[in-house]
Amino acid sequence: MSQGSRLDPWVDSYASRAHAMRASEIRALFAVASRPEVVSLAGGMPFVQALPVEMLTQTAVRVLTERGPVALQYGSGQGDVTLREQILEVVGEVGVTAHPDDIVVTTGSQMALDLVTRVFCDPGDVVLVESPSYVGALGVFRAYECDVIHVAMDDQGLVPVALSEAITRVRAAGKKVKLIYTIPSFHNPAGVTQGPQRRAEILAIAQREGIALLEDDPYGLLGFEGEPPRAIRADDAEGVIYLGSFSKTIASGLRVGWAIAPHGVREKLVLAAESAVLCPSNYAQLTVSEYLATQPWREQIKVFREVYRERRDALLESLQAYMPEGTTWTIPAGGFYSWLTLPTGLDATSMLPRAVAALVAYVPGTGFYVDGQGRQNLRLSYCYPEPDRIREGVRRLATVVEGELELVNTFGPSAMHQPVGSSVPAPDIR
Amino acid sequence: MQVLVLAGGLSAERDVSLRSGRRVADALRRERPEWEIVERDVDASLLPHLVEHRPDCVIPLLHGAAGEDGAMRDVLESLGIAFVGSGASASRLAFDKPNAKHVLAAAGILTPECVAMPQSTFRELGATSVLDAVVERLGLPLVVKPARGGSALGMSIVRRADEVPAAMVAAFAYADTVMLEAFIEGTEVAVGVFSRDEDLLALSAVEIVPENGVYDYAARYTAGTTTFYCPARLTDDIEESVQALALNAHLLLGLSHVSRTDAIVDADGQVWFLEVNVAPGMTETSLLPQALAEAEIGVGALFAELVDRVTA
Repeated sequence: MSQGSRLDPWVDSYASRAHAMRASEIRALFAVASRPEVVSLAGGMPFVQALPVEMLTQTAVRVLTERGPVALQYGSGQGDVTLREQILEVVGEVGVTAHPDDIVVTTGSQMALDLVTRVFCDPGDVVLVESPSYVGALGVFRAYECDVIHVAMDDQGLVPVALSEAITRVRAAGKKVKLIYTIPSFHNPAGVTQGPQRRAEILAIAQREGIALLEDDPYGLLGFEGEPPRAIRADDAEGVIYLGSFSKTIASGLRVGWAIAPHGVREKLVLAAESAVLCPSNYAQLTVSEYLATQPWREQIKVFREVYRERRDALLESLQAYMPEGTTWTIPAGGFYSWLTLPTGLDATSMLPRAVAALVAYVPGTGFYVDGQGRQNLRLSYCYPEPDRIREGVRRLATVVEGELELVNTFGPSAMHQPVGSSVPAPDIR
Repeated sequence: MQVLVLAGGLSAERDVSLRSGRRVADALRRERPEWEIVERDVDASLLPHLVEHRPDCVIPLLHGAAGEDGAMRDVLESLGIAFVGSGASASRLAFDKPNAKHVLAAAGILTPECVAMPQSTFRELGATSVLDAVVERLGLPLVVKPARGGSALGMSIVRRADEVPAAMVAAFAYADTVMLEAFIEGTEVAVGVFSRDEDLLALSAVEIVPENGVYDYAARYTAGTTTFYCPARLTDDIEESVQALALNAHLLLGLSHVSRTDAIVDADGQVWFLEVNVAPGMTETSLLPQALAEAEIGVGALFAELVDRVTA
């Protein structure tokens, strides 16, 4: 009798959390989406081609020639002090004031998310998130085995009444709410922005209930009209942990982000960072620092805004022109994303293979929930493709949606809901 | 000798194909370090590349449409470039599951009864009445899958009549024609076939026992989620029968060099043909490499031998 093999000798050694890490059809489809023939409205890749590459090259060369021994060496776990001072200048744009010591520089704000969760959450602790929420944050919360609960949003973002009710409900069930995670400006994936009143109400709830507010603000400077929205952290230095990033304002490949946290939290974040990575990359930090010191970075952000505004407009115009009746979408005032709701009965997850076959890709809404919601939704990113490609992508997508409507007519609405497979996010969905 | 390994493409099995291609290319480099092994995706620059460089041999490891439906092999044939694997028309026939089953059934080979229909049939005749008639004829449970395609993408096993419409929609996501097939309870096996000199040889059957009972996409490509037995836990007689089935399928469909037949052995020991693959997966979790390992034949050795053969 032959011995069975599972082709992985370590399968009984993995942690239980690794059991959900499986191959999935959705991930297989994203492998096709990366092909140039496909208009990818899926990944949130910043349009780094808009950067002055020549100047960046000079910056990088200068860092190596003038400060090589520092750039190539280990550094402080908290991050370069000059860069931390410069970060204060950047966050000043959204009204945040702090001391350089309040900042922990991280390998992208994704690492800051990881550190904050590591410091705050035991398995089973509750994290309240928006409905929908950033896929990368959900991945972190689940990796730490948090109980993630979605709280309703409207076109002004997180709904305060729903937030209060969720806290009451969770506590009545005997659980601890450790974090309220919110993206107040140009939300990923919902594309909505909290107004000042809404921000104040949410902050008041967090303060009243004694729950740390985790404010994720990677897109705050990428608004298309008026001044950047004032960060919630600008009005509370003790109750808010603020996450920021240079991924969208300079370059995502540099992997430099930060957390601004109250004293006690910051101490722990530094220790956690040291155990995770010893220190963030000195070379990347010094490159960012040199760029901020020598280049017109505010002007460059204006360039990015213009690029993204033009693409947002292309997306909205073509959605209006091509999408069948019953389709709705949010109108982002900044950032990278619009959140689309399909006509009743359609399922964005089961539609994806057809879309990819029609050479257009998006992220199905279920990826932004931990509980299977979002079937009727999808996220469209307009940040990377040129406007004409966006128009072509939306035209293709509209044809696919029409085809799905035909399937509903043929097989009935109850046939359209497919089981949701593994929702471990594809790596290119930011 | 320049050998071009074609992998990737635009099908939903792109990722699987890339992994197959990389594995075969690496194995060939180890087996024949003197050969130049080039890996290529399929895109608009491929044809000019083929015309300009005229590789001595191509190994198409594209899965899904274009790779297995004969189209790419048509191109290679018309350019007069040698390649490993089945010809265009045989690939086209084998890739179309209902047609392949029809050919084998006509030769007296047992295969589960099936019905294949395009979406337009359901639209024109009404899905409910068509599906009721199909369920009545084939019974439950049913396997619903795209008529063309692999890796179990869009495949479902349906146990209740009210689950059939959702399974149809899932399958139509991957193909324009869907096949409904009677479900045969039994031991799932796969048998690799390859040619050596003038002989056609069958490898030991690989028995597939997925953790969740269904050999779906996750069970295929997540190591640890399926237990494989090679050789399969079959009696010698039945092992011979499944090998004979694979050899027959390969011959009846006019396939060349290498193929993999998937079959079910039911409780009575009867062997049922399910489908045949002209570009079998060669990834770390794929079936053919397991059977080759059991026979102590290296992936590199097999493909080097086939390249030698087509370029002789």
